[in-house]
Amino acid sequence: MSTNNEKRKTYYESIIKQGYTRRDFMKFSTYMAAFMGLESSMIGQIAKSLENTPRLPVIWEHYQECTCCSESFIRSNHPIVSDIILDKISLDYTLTLMAASGHQAEAAKQETMKKYKGEYILCVEGSVPMGDDGNYCCIAGKSAKESFLEAAEGAKAIIAWGSCASNGCVQAAKPNPTEATPIHKIVKNKPIIRVPGCPPIGEVMAGIIVHVVAFGRLPKLDRLGRPKAFYGKRVHDSCYRRPYYDAGLFAESFDDQNAKNGYCLYKVGCKGPMTYNSCGTIKWNNGVSYPIQSGHGCIGCSEEDFWDNGPFYERTTKVPGFSEEGIADDIGKVAAGVLAGGIAVHAVAANISKRKELMNRIKRGKSNEKNIDS
Amino acid sequence: MKTKNFKRVMVWELPVRFFHWINVLAIIILTLTGFLIANPPALVSSAEATNLHSFGIVRFIHFTAAYIFFFNMILRIYWSFVGNQFASWKAFWPFSKKMWNNFWHVVKIDVLLLNEEKRDVKNISIGHNSVATISYITMFFIAIIQVCTGFALYADMSSWWLPKLFSWVVPLFGGDFMVRTIHHIAMWAFILFSLVHIYLVFYHDWLEGRGEVSSMFGGYKFVRDDRIKNSVEVSEEDLED
Repeated sequence: MSTNNEKRKTYYESIIKQGYTRRDFMKFSTYMAAFMGLESSMIGQIAKSLENTPRLPVIWEHYQECTCCSESFIRSNHPIVSDIILDKISLDYTLTLMAASGHQAEAAKQETMKKYKGEYILCVEGSVPMGDDGNYCCIAGKSAKESFLEAAEGAKAIIAWGSCASNGCVQAAKPNPTEATPIHKIVKNKPIIRVPGCPPIGEVMAGIIVHVVAFGRLPKLDRLGRPKAFYGKRVHDSCYRRPYYDAGLFAESFDDQNAKNGYCLYKVGCKGPMTYNSCGTIKWNNGVSYPIQSGHGCIGCSEEDFWDNGPFYERTTKVPGFSEEGIADDIGKVAAGVLAGGIAVHAVAANISKRKELMNRIKRGKSNEKNIDS
Repeated sequence: MKTKNFKRVMVWELPVRFFHWINVLAIIILTLTGFLIANPPALVSSAEATNLHSFGIVRFIHFTAAYIFFFNMILRIYWSFVGNQFASWKAFWPFSKKMWNNFWHVVKIDVLLLNEEKRDVKNISIGHNSVATISYITMFFIAIIQVCTGFALYADMSSWWLPKLFSWVVPLFGGDFMVRTIHHIAMWAFILFSLVHIYLVFYHDWLEGRGEVSSMFGGYKFVRDDRIKNSVEVSEEDLED
């Protein structure tokens, strides 16, 4: 924890003071440039920026969540990220990692909020329950709703970590009893970066926070407010199993020979083709693997309502508003069958009802046939 | 016993017929490849992925047919401004009294199969009847849904600006999941529509005997001569036609 009274050092000063070498620092800058998808000429800019920018205070709030975002973050692959940028330099308040507790912790937060009003970055992990006046989640005697609105008030920008803060995640699954609400639906007047994923990839989180603190501005966002560098592509489009998909080679079940051959998991419910994330490129656990590489289809954890959008292990099209059985193709087949039956009945009924008209026309036609002249 | 006299009338001009059959082809191809993409069959092959591109080809056909479907639709929209009275957008304008009178007439006679005491030849539509018109308007909007959702899903794989024009659709529905679901469900509308459409074409051909089926090939329908004001004088040479 930093104390707010000391003169704000630059990131570089703090990093060196913590015992890292200049070489470590440059490595770290290189990593960050790579994560952000920047070209190599930008490494110098990142380094320069970190050398000259005084640290930005960060408040990290936890609401309805499981802390998997924090867990993912502190495992991102360069120690400076978690060790320095957040833990020792910038993080003024995070109730799961900070040493202080109780009134002192809350007091530190209040002080940061007051002293750096309009300057600090607010990171939110977890959704905010809006039901029953926000009483489903209370921290330090305040409801999550109250605490969030208070912290958001003076924030420069808000980062919504994970699917909870971005989309509501599993606690917002139907019928969403606590009215778990993603933060962009609560606060509209602040720049918000949505970083969906359950959890988001640690390196992605690092890349975003370093971008914000080093450059003092938000990374380029897509229409859903997600950083383009990390959410610009579907998992499917960067998947190493993609050639099997294009070839039409699919695992039919998880224990067949095709699965052993490493074929595409499309037919066993992989949601990679609909999911925007960097799992295929950055991967997990310092680039070791990611779900599809481990033989399990993508569940689409970084997509809105992924838990309500059908089973994880099947390719089906649910019809909104219908029960589990409401699968589009089944309904379509039944409708087509009923329609075909109706058409058959209608055809018979038409011939009966209009028989007079038809008989007359046939008679006239036949008589004309008899009277053909040439 | 007197047979009615009919005159041959050009109802569906060549661009309309062209649109119709290209549309038929595109919808059949899109539906079949769409089903394959939604649920690909198991491929029995020992070939390496390098040497196979079967699913890629299915998708390629789907996307190509989609482009054809789209540009064909644009052709039809263009023709609704320059084509004849049966092709005109005015024939599809649903807010007129005449339209709705005809609508209820068609519902009574052709859907509920009632018989009239006294028949009025004016109730027989020369082009589309009103029920058909309304079904085509509905299908037009469903086609727009298909174009929007389809191109939206495709946009990220494309570097062309045209599909990118539709990339706002995905955020509108929160993600690919819902867009894909809508795309899939809307496809069923085309299947159900086709069933009814084909049946009713045969129905009208059989009950009215004025060339309903063949009209989409040659463009002509047969109209009672008392509905035609000034018949063109026919020269001797042309008599065979």
